[in-house]
Amino acid sequence: MSMLARIQVPAQARRGDIIPIRIAIQHPMETGYRPDNFGRRITKNVINTLTCRYNGVEVFRAEMGSGVSANPQLQFYVRADSSGEFVFDWVDDSGERGSERAALAVSG
Amino acid sequence: MSADRRRFLISCSAMAVAPIWTVAHAQHNPQREALLREITGGVEVRIGRVVVDTPPLADNGHSVPLRVVVDSPMTATDHVRRITVLAERNPRPVVASYRLGPHSGRAEITTRIRLADIQDVVAVAELSDGNWWMGSAHVIVTELACLEG
Amino acid sequence: MIPANAAANALRWPSAVDCGVRKLLVSFCGLLLAVNAVAAEPPRPQPKSGLSYAGADVRALQADDFGNPGMLWVARGEKLWNIPTGRSGKSCASCHREAPASMKGVAARYPRIDAGDKTLLNIEGRINQCRERHQEAGALAYESEELLALTAYAAHQSRHLPVQAEINEANRAHFERGRETYYRRQGQMNLACTHCHERNAGRKLLADTISEGHGNAYPVYRLEWQSAGSLHRRLRACYFGVRAEQPAAGSAELVDLELYLASRARGLPVETPGVRR
Repeated sequence: MSMLARIQVPAQARRGDIIPIRIAIQHPMETGYRPDNFGRRITKNVINTLTCRYNGVEVFRAEMGSGVSANPQLQFYVRADSSGEFVFDWVDDSGERGSERAALAVSG
Repeated sequence: MSADRRRFLISCSAMAVAPIWTVAHAQHNPQREALLREITGGVEVRIGRVVVDTPPLADNGHSVPLRVVVDSPMTATDHVRRITVLAERNPRPVVASYRLGPHSGRAEITTRIRLADIQDVVAVAELSDGNWWMGSAHVIVTELACLEG
Repeated sequence: MIPANAAANALRWPSAVDCGVRKLLVSFCGLLLAVNAVAAEPPRPQPKSGLSYAGADVRALQADDFGNPGMLWVARGEKLWNIPTGRSGKSCASCHREAPASMKGVAARYPRIDAGDKTLLNIEGRINQCRERHQEAGALAYESEELLALTAYAAHQSRHLPVQAEINEANRAHFERGRETYYRRQGQMNLACTHCHERNAGRKLLADTISEGHGNAYPVYRLEWQSAGSLHRRLRACYFGVRAEQPAAGSAELVDLELYLASRARGLPVETPGVRR
C-alpha cells in the first residue's frame, strides 16, 4: 500500500503571517537493528528526505535517520507571502516516494 | 540491571547540578567534539541561542517529543540555515538535520525521536553569519514493565 | 458467579499483603453474599480509562487529532471504506454509506451476537464476515494493516460515546466464559487478569502504572509497538507477560474475554484511536 500522509496547512492567512505546517506519514522508519520473527535483521528503511516547496521554492528540508520515530511527524513554520500551493515530497531508503499538496489563500 | 541503576542515579544527581554539568560535559566530551567537528567542519560551537525542549522523563524511548527553537529574527540577512539534532548514545548519533531560511519566519521545529538510552539531546544551529550555536536537554528514558515478547 | 476458588486464591497472594488477607477475605465474603443476593454482577465503582494512568505526553498526543499517530490508521480506513473489493465489486460504503452516520455508536455496543449464525463477533470479526458474505472477498488477517485501519475507522465513529455492552440471554454464556477467563490464574506467573487490573490498578509495576485494563480505546497506537494494534494483540501481550499460552487473535476465548471487558468498561467513552505507552 502506498505511503499514507496527513498534512495540515491553514486554508488562509494574511500576508506576513507565520503559519504552522504539520505533516505526519505512516512509515515504520525501520532502524535496521530490529529482528523479524525469525531473528533476521529487518533492513534499514527510513524516510531519508522530505522537502516542502511553496510556489516552487524550497522552504524546508528534513534529512532524517533512524533516530526519528516511526510514523514521523514534523511541525515547522513558513512566512505567508502570496497565495499558492505547498508541495511536499519525500523518499525512503527503498526508493519509494510520496507526495502531497495543499493550497493557501493569502490576503492583505 | 545494576549498571542501569547506577547510570540512573548518576544522571539524577547530575540533574541537580545541571547547568554546571552541561557546560563541563560539553567541554570534555571527545565523542561530542568529534561529532560537532564533522558537522561544522571545525568551526567553534558556542553554547546558547538554541533551546531544546523535551520532557525530562520520557514515557517511551521509541517516541520522545522534541521541540528545538533558535533565537533568530529569520530575516534575509540574519537567519538560521540549518538545525542538526544529535543523540550521542543512539547507535546512529545524527538524528536529523533540518534546512531553514528566511522563508521560515520562525526558527522552530517539532518532531518525535527515538532515544536508545538516558542521554543529552543536543541541537546545533548554523546561522547565516557562519556562526554555530548549540543547546541541549537531558532526557531520562524509563523501562516498561509489560513488554511484548 | 465468582469462581469458587477465588477466596482460596486470595490466600496465595504474596506475603506483603498477609496482614490484609483477613480483611480481604471478609470483604470478599461480603462481595459473594452481595453477588448471591442479587444474582447479578457485583456493583462496580466508576471505571477509569487507561488514559487517566498515562503520562502528560501520552495524554496530549491522544488529544491532538493531528499528532495522534492512530489517526493515520483511521485515515487509511476511510480510504479503504470507499474502495470496491471482492467479486461483488462492492465497497463498505456501497451498503453502509457514510460511516460517520451508519457506524456511529456501533463499536460501543460490540462484541455482538450475529443474528444469522449466532456467533459472537467483535468489530474485526464483523468486518471479515461482511467481506466474506457480502463483498465476496477473503477475510483479512488479524493485525493486518487493512483490518486495523478499517476497525479503527469504524470504531472511531463511536468516539466519545459510552461503552454500552449489554449482557442478555443470547450472549450470557460468552459473558460467563469471558469472566471465567478474567478470574482464572494462568501461566508460570500463576496470575489472572484480576490480580493486576482489579486488585492492583493504580499501583506501580516497574515504571508503569497498572491500569484497570479496559478496551475502550482500541485499536490504540502504542508507543512500544510503534504502530497501531488491536485489543487482541494487547491481550496476547498480557498472556505473554504472565507466561501463559497465548490464544490466537480472534479466537473464541479472546472474543468472549472482550465481551466481559466491555461489560466492565460500561460507561467509559470510546477513545479510538487511543494512545498508550
